[in-house]
Amino acid sequence: MNIIVCMKQVVDLEQIRIKTQTREPVMEGLPVMFGDFDKCALEEAVRLKEEHGGKVTAVAAGSAKLKDTIKEALAIGADEAIILTDEAYQGSDTMGSARLLAQVIQKIGDYDLILMGDGSADDYSGEVPPRVAEILDLPQAGFAREIKVVDDALHVTRDLEAAHETIALELPALVSVSTEINTPPLPALTDILKAGRKPLHTWAPDEVGVPDKAGLDPAQIGTNASVVEVLSNLAPVQDRKEIIFEDVEEGLAEITKALESEGVLEQ
Amino acid sequence: MSGILIYSEVKSTFLGLLTRGRALAEALDQPLTAALLGEESAAWAGEALSHGAERVFVGDSPQLDVFQARTYADALAQVAAQAEADIILTGSTLRGRELAPRLTQKLEAGCATDVTDLAVEDRRLITQRRALGGKTLSTEARTSPKQVIAVMPKLYEAEPGGDGTGEIVEIPLELEPSATRLVESKAKPSGGVDIEAAEILIGVGRGFEKEEDLQLAQDLADALGGAVGCTRPLSYDYNWLPDDLTIGLSGKICAPRLYIALGLSGQIQHTVGIMDSDVILAINKEKSAPMFKMSDYGIVGDLYEVVPRLVEKIRGAGN
Ligand SMILES: Cc1cc2nc3c(=O)[nH]c(=O)nc-3n(C[C@H](O)[C@H](O)[C@H](O)COP(=O)(O)OP(=O)(O)OC[C@H]3O[C@@H](n4cnc5c(N)ncnc54)[C@H](O)[C@@H]3O)c2cc1C
Repeated sequence: MNIIVCMKQVVDLEQIRIKTQTREPVMEGLPVMFGDFDKCALEEAVRLKEEHGGKVTAVAAGSAKLKDTIKEALAIGADEAIILTDEAYQGSDTMGSARLLAQVIQKIGDYDLILMGDGSADDYSGEVPPRVAEILDLPQAGFAREIKVVDDALHVTRDLEAAHETIALELPALVSVSTEINTPPLPALTDILKAGRKPLHTWAPDEVGVPDKAGLDPAQIGTNASVVEVLSNLAPVQDRKEIIFEDVEEGLAEITKALESEGVLEQ
Repeated sequence: MSGILIYSEVKSTFLGLLTRGRALAEALDQPLTAALLGEESAAWAGEALSHGAERVFVGDSPQLDVFQARTYADALAQVAAQAEADIILTGSTLRGRELAPRLTQKLEAGCATDVTDLAVEDRRLITQRRALGGKTLSTEARTSPKQVIAVMPKLYEAEPGGDGTGEIVEIPLELEPSATRLVESKAKPSGGVDIEAAEILIGVGRGFEKEEDLQLAQDLADALGGAVGCTRPLSYDYNWLPDDLTIGLSGKICAPRLYIALGLSGQIQHTVGIMDSDVILAINKEKSAPMFKMSDYGIVGDLYEVVPRLVEKIRGAGN
């Protein structure tokens, strides 16, 4: 089973500071990484490959730093990786990203399954997997917490609000996974060393064309093709008292008193 | 002509969106229409009319029996074409989150999911959603003529309205085989407690070492007459509690009088579920836990030591 896993490089959200005056996030100089959802998708691909044979290809779009970030994907177990770091790709919205990824997947061509995370760690819009599935005209399943190959079909157990539903999908298909599907182990040192020797390709826009199909239209990706206009992006104001006690006895006494006087303890 | 089309597989969300849709349709001076797909929801057509839909499109096909986003997007695109709708509103349920982007791509439209506010300004549709892992709220508009917006399922309450003179239109759907077969569907076990209605809510997190230890939280809930809810790892990952006791983005949004956070770090995906509590108290052994920044009161300490003492104090105060 040949599996393509799409991964997004995101900034370390824990390290975003908020400017006190303007409530704006400070986005400069943040370390980058892959989100948990994406790592779970990759881990699941590796597991399926170990069980059924085939090959796992990781595809990631992002800044030039991807050259380093992608090593983690190769260490987790991707056999090969394609990174998309060209200036032309930057600033794409979900539509542009989906077009780019779909084009790359078509160029790779030989696949049975595409796996992605349910959402990126930063925006969690979850838009890219269904969009890519639509462009490639594939059946899809989201919020997967279990994937099994049964005969020729893929059995996917997906999360719904009040049920777990198992469906059988014909392959090729696109599945996005939630973090409950597995726990990616930290790569061993030998895997990290091996990662450096695995094939890593950087595809420029003119390499992403597909024979007999229209090439990648630069007008369809990047900042200029984005249809989303962000009017503001600010941290909401928190209005809590933040009275924190480090002395347990004092805390218990003061807090029970305060809760009583605020009337929240009476029933 | 353009218009607004409402679709959701969840009835309360469908009628809530119609209610909100009436105001948006008026502000944009566009007609409001509704789509009902599949056998089950066809029965809601009358209520769609009494909630202001000018036309309700009802479509069914055996291909709609199992949810496959490709098929549902195809069906909805056919309805949108007949309704001449450019704006499609749906619920950001788990299915809605699969469907909305797929339909968006089919229509080459603009999209937003998990939308927490929807308004019209200068005749443009403005949405709000959380960004950067919930650290910020992003207010957005789209420049595409067509838009598909998935709105948080319980954002709008349903209220009948409109002149009720709309019509029901049966629409024949032409759908390809869905390539999807249902193997089994298992209802999730329920916690049997409506944590959204709780006046006093105790939230438990990974600070609890063992499932049995949750009794400590239950003791506190009993002393206060409250309910116990949890962070996502405790339900989804550990199966210590049923999924429907999860508080937060992928669980319930609660607004109790008092929320007590025990051994949970206060990640934004959790705290969006308790943001509107009147008073918040946190107990956490790490002084740097983000939960303290969202709390009115806090005790830095081991929950195994603090919670039994708190129960004693409350029981004492009650006497
Ligand atoms: C898209 C998405 C959706 C999500 N939806 C949800 C959601 O709906 N609800 C949700 O809860 N999470 C959700 N999450 C997960 C969320 O990001 C956090 O991972 C989760 O809330 C953390 O759970 P926790 O606080 O229990 O665990 P941790 O973050 O591990 O925190 C445990 C805390 O316990 C404290 N502690 C440990 N031992 C003790 C002790 N003895 N006494 C006192 N304190 C102790 C620690 O200091 C720590 O602060 C979602 C994540 C994503 C990406």
